[in-house]
Amino acid sequence: MIAALICVVSIAALLQFFISYSRSIIAAYRKAALSDQVREVAGIAGDTLHGEQFGRLLQLVRLCPQKGDDQGDLSVVQSYYRLMGAFRFLGRVLWPALSRWAEHERVDCVYFAAVALDRRIAYSRALLAQQMTPQ
Amino acid sequence: MLGPIDYAIAALAISLELCLIVRLLASKDCIRYIALTLYALALVTVSIVEDFVLLRFGVHSQAYGYIYYYSDALLTIVLFFVIMSFYQQVFQQMGVGKYVRLASILLLSATALFSYLVVRRIPSHHLTNRFVVEVSQNLYFVGVVLTYLLWGAVIKLRETRTRLIQLVLALGIFFSSDAAGYALRNLYPSLEASFLKWVPPIAGTFLPLAWAYTFTKVSEDARLETARVTRRAPAPAGMAAHQQAS
Repeated sequence: MIAALICVVSIAALLQFFISYSRSIIAAYRKAALSDQVREVAGIAGDTLHGEQFGRLLQLVRLCPQKGDDQGDLSVVQSYYRLMGAFRFLGRVLWPALSRWAEHERVDCVYFAAVALDRRIAYSRALLAQQMTPQ
Repeated sequence: MLGPIDYAIAALAISLELCLIVRLLASKDCIRYIALTLYALALVTVSIVEDFVLLRFGVHSQAYGYIYYYSDALLTIVLFFVIMSFYQQVFQQMGVGKYVRLASILLLSATALFSYLVVRRIPSHHLTNRFVVEVSQNLYFVGVVLTYLLWGAVIKLRETRTRLIQLVLALGIFFSSDAAGYALRNLYPSLEASFLKWVPPIAGTFLPLAWAYTFTKVSEDARLETARVTRRAPAPAGMAAHQQAS
């Protein structure tokens, strides 16, 4: 009985800690605005983001040279995005409000990926400019 | 019999623990986070001793069993002091440092008394796998409760230090995953061989990784609105969330 109680409480706490940890990472990226260039490259039309854009953005991020400081963030947010995908699916069946909330979170993940892509593109450009500069 | 994955996780864990120590000692963070530094040093020492005993006596030896579970319990108690140091940082401006110290001494005494009572009740030859699993489960659960209360204080006091927030949340993930893992082992011992045996080593690898990452990437001056972590933040300027027709 005690073990069951500990199990349930711990899993609930784990979910809450993981969600807050992921959000703390995403929040740091929300301060940045997206450049027109990344909107064009990622095919972001207007001011609207869709949860499904995450996969495509992640593929583009992986195509860019690594700056080396966002790999951990990407792994955490990717896991968070998957978790929100599961919540969205469950919400559709059981609780529509959960589905809507999960979709909002997925959109935040998309914004995070877009900022990460923006930073990597800027880094690639800086690298290229460095190589083009005559010694 | 240990497989290559076990050795890989052990090697990864010790590398990450060393990274954390180097990162802490290379800066003034080791003074500011003295309890965490001591924990990291204890963690590396225990990992080295454990690996030595493992190679010398084998994974099924009684010596390794004792070292594994007792050092795990001791490290968890050291981790309680890390939580207390976080409490002290969160309540710094309220000037309640002496109460936090008093609470940490009481907590240690209570934990020691509880452990003594449990050990006294059960003869040493009954020190079975189930018993140590139960003690570890309880210790980790105390850790979950303490970290959860700390997180509550962080939210209530609108703590904005990003580094402290991420250190606390990583600790919460570590404690809750281990407590859930041990509780599941207690409920379903048959699941241990299949996947529950991976929970403690993975959680043990996550904590030094997340802490080392936080100390490397997040500066002490970085600030974060707690509301952005606990509630849904408003959409960034010029961007809107699109609701899918479901």
